[in-house]
Amino acid sequence: MSELSVNHLLGIKDLNSQDIQLIFETADHFKEVINRPIKKVPSLRDITIANLFFENSTRTKLSFELAEKRLSADVINFSASQSSVKKGETLIDTVNNILSMKVDMVVMRHPNPGASVFLSQHVSASIINAGDGAHEHPTQALLDSYSIRERLGKVQGKNVVIVGDILHSRVALSNIFALQLQGANVMVCGPKTLLPKYIDKLGVKVETNLKKALQWCDVANMLRVQNERMDMTYFPSTREYTQQYGVNKALLNSLDKEITIMHPGPINRGVEITSDVADSKQAIILDQVQNGVAIRMAVIYLLASKIKH
Amino acid sequence: MSQKLLLNAKEINIILHRLACQLIEKHDDFSNTVLIGIQPRGKFLANRLAQILKSEYHIKHIQLGLLDITFFRDDFRRGEKPLEANTTEINFLVEDKNIVFIDDVLYTGRSIRAALTAIQSFGRPNEIELLTLIDRRFSRHLPIQPDYRGRQVDAINKEKVKVNWLEHGGEDAVYLVNS
Repeated sequence: MSELSVNHLLGIKDLNSQDIQLIFETADHFKEVINRPIKKVPSLRDITIANLFFENSTRTKLSFELAEKRLSADVINFSASQSSVKKGETLIDTVNNILSMKVDMVVMRHPNPGASVFLSQHVSASIINAGDGAHEHPTQALLDSYSIRERLGKVQGKNVVIVGDILHSRVALSNIFALQLQGANVMVCGPKTLLPKYIDKLGVKVETNLKKALQWCDVANMLRVQNERMDMTYFPSTREYTQQYGVNKALLNSLDKEITIMHPGPINRGVEITSDVADSKQAIILDQVQNGVAIRMAVIYLLASKIKH
Repeated sequence: MSQKLLLNAKEINIILHRLACQLIEKHDDFSNTVLIGIQPRGKFLANRLAQILKSEYHIKHIQLGLLDITFFRDDFRRGEKPLEANTTEINFLVEDKNIVFIDDVLYTGRSIRAALTAIQSFGRPNEIELLTLIDRRFSRHLPIQPDYRGRQVDAINKEKVKVNWLEHGGEDAVYLVNS
């Protein structure tokens, strides 16, 4: 088996298609493991992992922690709200203090883009980016592609539209890189105010009409409107956003094919997606969550195998 | 690199039939027994034995599984190459069953140690036995011995025992390779 071309997972941009293939094949094995009566393997029993969350998270944090525990790693958790960061400690100092307690790997979520790249240049541990501002969220993109592969057999040649708040979304950027690496066609769709300028330079199609986008695609990945990152008004009202860019059952029924609906969570029910769609068979939202654990186990396992003993 | 033929196709065939008979002697109709091939190399031997038991000794009910031990090995991060995982296919419960582990070569015993841990993820078996085609004597790192053995071989540590199968590599043969 080949190994990953990288020592850290900072973004999909650093990966190549063989890396993604390797992560998926490894995740297949872990998916089988987590469906056993006893869902734990002892591979990483001599590895300690720190989860540093400088920003709120439910799914990602739980998913990483579960993945680490199912690999038998020792886990320490850190939330910025309960730490000395509030007392003015710098990021490097915080992390070096944690590393001096003999930690081998750091999973970090941070509100600033590039925080994990910066950290990887200054500390010796292996870094996994669990989301850095509006930049990248590589494990989310990997589990999204993995879920598409699981549902549709392959990612190559599929038409995938990412709908909603592209401007503030790290999920969108990582997904664009990941899908393109695997040969999928990518479109972004949303109100013009929430589409970054020059996004077409990434080689994606741009569409502002949701119906046209859904008609084109095999898979629609619905993003949440990130109100917490919005410093100004990007659309007149939530109601108007829903009317233009919300997916409901009637809209899906009006298409001449059945498309797959994804959502990275957390869902704002009734805003970007209605409950009858979110809970329908077309949606693979909970499969994504389950696959997230397997994907994160694969990433952690593959990176840990590169840590020198 | 030189290699010496230890077993040819005819000898392997005789041994497989003897092993099958020994299994029947102990396990009768296999109603409470499952065969588990240890991945990756035990798969071929396990498949072959199951086939012989079914077609030549008319055992109707054979449960055969494959167990991957990669994530249970004790040499993670210690070798040059990353460990390659294989599929595990155990579509039955092992709770209270009699298990026969099947692997082609028993050398240090470390794989079997890993398999003993790995199988616990699937329940608590009644007993576990070990069947190997080749038993390399005097090279064990752990107190593990086979219950059924095809052939005992004395090989020094730098020698390698290579088992080829018709369905994987083109011929049934066992070689002692001196590298």
